[in-house]
Amino acid sequence: MLVQHLLETGADLWPEKIALVCDGRRITYSELNADANRLAHLLIESGVQQGDRVAILLENSIEVAVGVFGALKAGAVFMTLHPSMKRGRLATILADAEPAALITDRVRMRDNAGVVAQVSSLVCVVWSDNQAQPLGEGIHAVEWSDLSLYSSATPPCQSLESDLAMILYTSGSTGQPKGVICPHASMIAATESVNAYLHNDANDVILNVLPLSFGYGLYQLFLAFQVGARVVLEKGFAFPARTISLLKEEGITALPGVPTFFALLLHYPDLLKGDFPKLRYITNAAAALPTSQLAKIRAAFPHALFYSMYGQTECKRVCYLPPEELDRRPSSVGVAIPNSHVYIIDERGRRVPPGEVGELVVCGPHLMKGYWRSPELTAERFRSDPLSGQVALHTGDLFKMDEDGYLYFVSRKDDIIKSRGEKVSPLEIENLVCGMEGVSQAVAVGVPDSVLGQAIRLVLVRTEGSTITERAVRSYCVRNLDDYMVPKYIDFVLELPRSENGKINRREVTTAVSPKAV
Amino acid sequence: MTAIEIEAHIRDFLTNNFIFDPSFQLGSNDSLMENGVIDSTGVLELIMWLETNFDITVGDNEVLPENLDAVYSLTNYVQRKLMAGMAALS
Repeated sequence: MLVQHLLETGADLWPEKIALVCDGRRITYSELNADANRLAHLLIESGVQQGDRVAILLENSIEVAVGVFGALKAGAVFMTLHPSMKRGRLATILADAEPAALITDRVRMRDNAGVVAQVSSLVCVVWSDNQAQPLGEGIHAVEWSDLSLYSSATPPCQSLESDLAMILYTSGSTGQPKGVICPHASMIAATESVNAYLHNDANDVILNVLPLSFGYGLYQLFLAFQVGARVVLEKGFAFPARTISLLKEEGITALPGVPTFFALLLHYPDLLKGDFPKLRYITNAAAALPTSQLAKIRAAFPHALFYSMYGQTECKRVCYLPPEELDRRPSSVGVAIPNSHVYIIDERGRRVPPGEVGELVVCGPHLMKGYWRSPELTAERFRSDPLSGQVALHTGDLFKMDEDGYLYFVSRKDDIIKSRGEKVSPLEIENLVCGMEGVSQAVAVGVPDSVLGQAIRLVLVRTEGSTITERAVRSYCVRNLDDYMVPKYIDFVLELPRSENGKINRREVTTAVSPKAV
Repeated sequence: MTAIEIEAHIRDFLTNNFIFDPSFQLGSNDSLMENGVIDSTGVLELIMWLETNFDITVGDNEVLPENLDAVYSLTNYVQRKLMAGMAALS
């Protein structure tokens, strides 16, 4: 089965059913499938070939869903990019992925047009807002309204289940974003497994406030389409009063979130006074929800089951806590998802007994294939399992398991920060600000934050004689970093704390209550 | 406070705390979210500033895009809240 078959089967079985609601628009399975077919024909005619990449840089919208399925139907590999992505990161990713097509809009191209014009692999840019502008020689500009000129019939497709369907970029500890390469078969396996434990069916209505550039948000489409459910798509969760009114108006049954989303909901307690009898379940992933917030969310939605989950882009989802275990093991992220297994190893690769901390290893058909054009990194994380001979994902995350086999997240092995549920590489921020005149050294760390999970604290040393200000650095960060990567705190110190061997002591930067600000 | 003064305050706040780029042209009806001016947690900062700066209380049920997602809607919202406050006093 290919990923686009989720939509095609949906269009066969439930043609008139609403598949997606967004911005006040409601689109049926058959309309969505027809639009994706039209886009596929357009991409093919524009020169997109089997295995080419199609980048999608847009806010959550129906056009993103059409883009995802249209790219797949053209035999291409889609990549959804964070809508707030700035020039530097975008240039790096586009140079790495060499997409043949880009689907975007004028707002996204306001600062990024120059970057896109330099991408020599691009043959076509599709403007979802019909505001096409020329970007460079050889790049064919197409407006969304042109879709109506193309056939709505399913184009012939040569993709195999083992072919790539998606590249999803995520922050890496090296400071360079890395593209996780995702075959159709792995994505279908992950979708089936998650649906098996969430028990989604055709009556479900999922409210997705998470970006479609994020696996957790994107898979809500696949989960829903596999069973004929509906997704109500929001551009974000900045306005909790709107989120709550949608729960009622749209009869939402499923609410996936991250801790920052739940923290914002809890910030407005009056909103949670209503009754939400249709809400069947709530899921949390990306970072642990503090126990106190978990209790408040459960009190606000007493009819809803609550699933604590943990995953990685490299395999979509690792584990989930069956809701009936929540009272007994509130800090656990549960057991391996159906049709997979996990174990914990020490530094020499030996399995550790219950209660001992080690690296979590994952096996199953949902494992992705590795990293785009990074064979060394792939070999490091995707290793052959000595027992089964199958590939096993070494997550790089430290876990322990209790006597009954339930998993507990302990910490990451690297310095990656999790802010607002998104992975942030400290090196990426440090490299950026060290490029500023007046900054000689920089270190970025995650510090506890009641809303963000971890807030980013950037500590800097000025070059001699420099008078660079916090405001200048903040302004530079806002203009050059994706929104979730912008530091909340920026401090200057005379020198950074270092260990005996001269390495920056990140832990000390994290725990220092007040650095020697200057 | 007139609508023009309220709008000027709001624009100053957004420029100094979120936009930073003086050349950025923000239309009165442009969505702050869609244009990347504020994000989900930026709305919290915006609300705190509105409450402190204009001495109003933003009700939980008022945290809606139609009140807070553009300079024009923010200006109208603040003006309505200030007028309601004055009416309550008189």
